[in-house]
Order: sequence, then C-alpha cells, then structure tokens
Amino acid sequence: MTANDPTVEFLLRLGDNCLILGHRLSEWVGHAPVLEEDLGLANVSLDLLGQAQNWLGLAGDIQGGDRDADWFAYRRDAGEFRNALLVEQPNGDFARTMVRQLYFDLWHVMLLEGLEQAPDERIAGIAAKAYKEARYHLERSRDWVIRLGDGTEESHRRTQEAVDELWIFTGELFESDEIEAALADQGVIVGSGRIAAVWKERLAGILAEATLTFPQENWMRRGGRRGIHSEHLGYLLAEMQFLQRAYPDARW
Amino acid sequence: MNEMPLWEIFIRSQHGLAHKHVGSLHASDAEMAINNARDVYTRRNEGVSIWAVRSTDIVASAPGDKGPLFEPANSKAYRHPTFYDIPDEVGHM
Repeated sequence: MTANDPTVEFLLRLGDNCLILGHRLSEWVGHAPVLEEDLGLANVSLDLLGQAQNWLGLAGDIQGGDRDADWFAYRRDAGEFRNALLVEQPNGDFARTMVRQLYFDLWHVMLLEGLEQAPDERIAGIAAKAYKEARYHLERSRDWVIRLGDGTEESHRRTQEAVDELWIFTGELFESDEIEAALADQGVIVGSGRIAAVWKERLAGILAEATLTFPQENWMRRGGRRGIHSEHLGYLLAEMQFLQRAYPDARW
Repeated sequence: MNEMPLWEIFIRSQHGLAHKHVGSLHASDAEMAINNARDVYTRRNEGVSIWAVRSTDIVASAPGDKGPLFEPANSKAYRHPTFYDIPDEVGHM
C-alpha cells in the first residue's frame, strides 16, 4: 500500500490510532479492578472503535474502490498500519493504561478541536462527534492519573514509572511530515507542531497536581506513521484479525 | 479498591419528571460517583441528569416498623381521590 493520497494517509493515521487503542482497552474487559471501571473502559473502547469505523470508512470512500473500514481493519498487516507507537504499547498495570490514555487523550482532544474547523464537511462532522467523546475520555484519564499519583506510595511509584517509560512514545504524536504539511497548506488540518507546546503545558499542570515529576527530555521513538512498529502490534493484530485470517469472509 | 464507599444513583430519564433510583455503585468521591454512574447506568441513553448520594446519608424506615407506619392508611379509602373527575387540562398529577 504505497503512495496513498495525503488525505487518505492522514485518515488512516486517525483511524488506526483509534482502532488500536480501542482494541487495547477492550483487553481490560472482564479484568478491570472493579465493575464500574470495567464498564468505563469498555465505553471508552467502544467510542474509539466507533471513531475508527468513521475515519477508516471515510478513507475508503475517498480512495474509491471496494475498501471499507473492515477491509482496513482486517486485511492489512502491521507494516501497513499508521497508528502511533504509543497506542500499541501493552496495557501493563492500571496506572500504565491510564497514563497512556492521558498522553493520548490530551493530544486527541486538541487535534479534534482543530479538525472540527476542517473545510471538508465529512472530516469536520466526524471530528465534532469524536470531540465530545474525547473530552470525556480526558476527564477520566486525567482524574485517574491525579488520584493514582497523589494516592498511596505504591500507586505513586507505579504511575511515575508509567509516566517516565511511556514518555519516549509521545514525540511522534507531534511530528509533522510532508503529508501533514501538505494538508495544513490546503487548510484541511491545523499543523500538529503547534499543539505540542499547549500539550506539554497542560500535561505539566496535571502532573503537578498528581505530585508526579515531569519526565526528562529524552530521545523519542518514532516510526509508527511509516509502518515501522514495535513488536507488540503483530501480537495484537494476530488476535484482532484471527477470525478473518482463519475463515476469510465468514458470516453468521 | 474495595474500601471505596457506596453511592446510591438516581437518574432522570428523557421524559421522566423526577429522578428515579436505579442502583448503587462504588466510588471514592462525588465526582467519580457521577462519572461511574454515567458509565454504568446511562449507556443506552437512559438519562439527562444524575444524582449521587452517599448510601450512608440515606435514612431508611425500619422494616420492623411496617405495621405502625403503614397499616393505619389501609382502612382509609376516602384518602384516595378516586371520587373526582380530573379535567384533562390538569395533565400530570
């Protein structure tokens, strides 16, 4: 899958982020620490899967041909996925899941806020719906990181570890490349470089309230958008795509 | 997480006139109680408003007092307004 139209490529990034993170969160179902949280995580997961369906469906419409959201979800291999490395990282403990979610939600809310102004009505429409969902996701992940950071000695330690260890995956979110630059020039999107500063500022406020230490500037891992993923994505896809791979086009 | 206090949840539905008790859940504080109630009890568009009350703040009548509390009302049919015609314009009573 090479030389995609820039809009299609951008939509795949959006859709794949939601799809992969949604799948990760669904792994908690039946395993969350309390029933309330089990349902809460499932709700966020389903919101993200719905968004993935919208973005990937639109990518298929724009590309033409017979590709739909299911095609993109079930018929591509890891190298063709365009999600950020952050969202494919394993759930780890509850603190790690929540820190990953906070990093993502903070970015996601700002991105969608910009996309609501997109001249393409289809993009603006999906973004407007997703924005409301993402605002709630952020409220949840923010609250949890504050509670866990400012909680017991153990929850503080685990949360700080997650903050530090996931940090190297955040730089990629704000990476601009020729595809985003082209779309920003056309006025389709707001360049993501501009939201990096606000993201850091808001994160610093949340971490301070959580009595957590802001991570040290570090080398950042990149590559997800070009299809260069961590080993975790292959295992995730093996589970997610099993049915389609074992019984192509199965129906019931 | 088992030591989180219990909350009673009341939801007002789209067309409902009053909040109705829907169940209970655990949460560490009021904000989390509202969020959890949203996630547990409004997944299918059930509500437009949520109340959460700490279960310990609810004062309940004792089951043993059922007789003295409620039986005296049994024999007083004249308290039921079934002897009046209510005009349609009055709407909900």
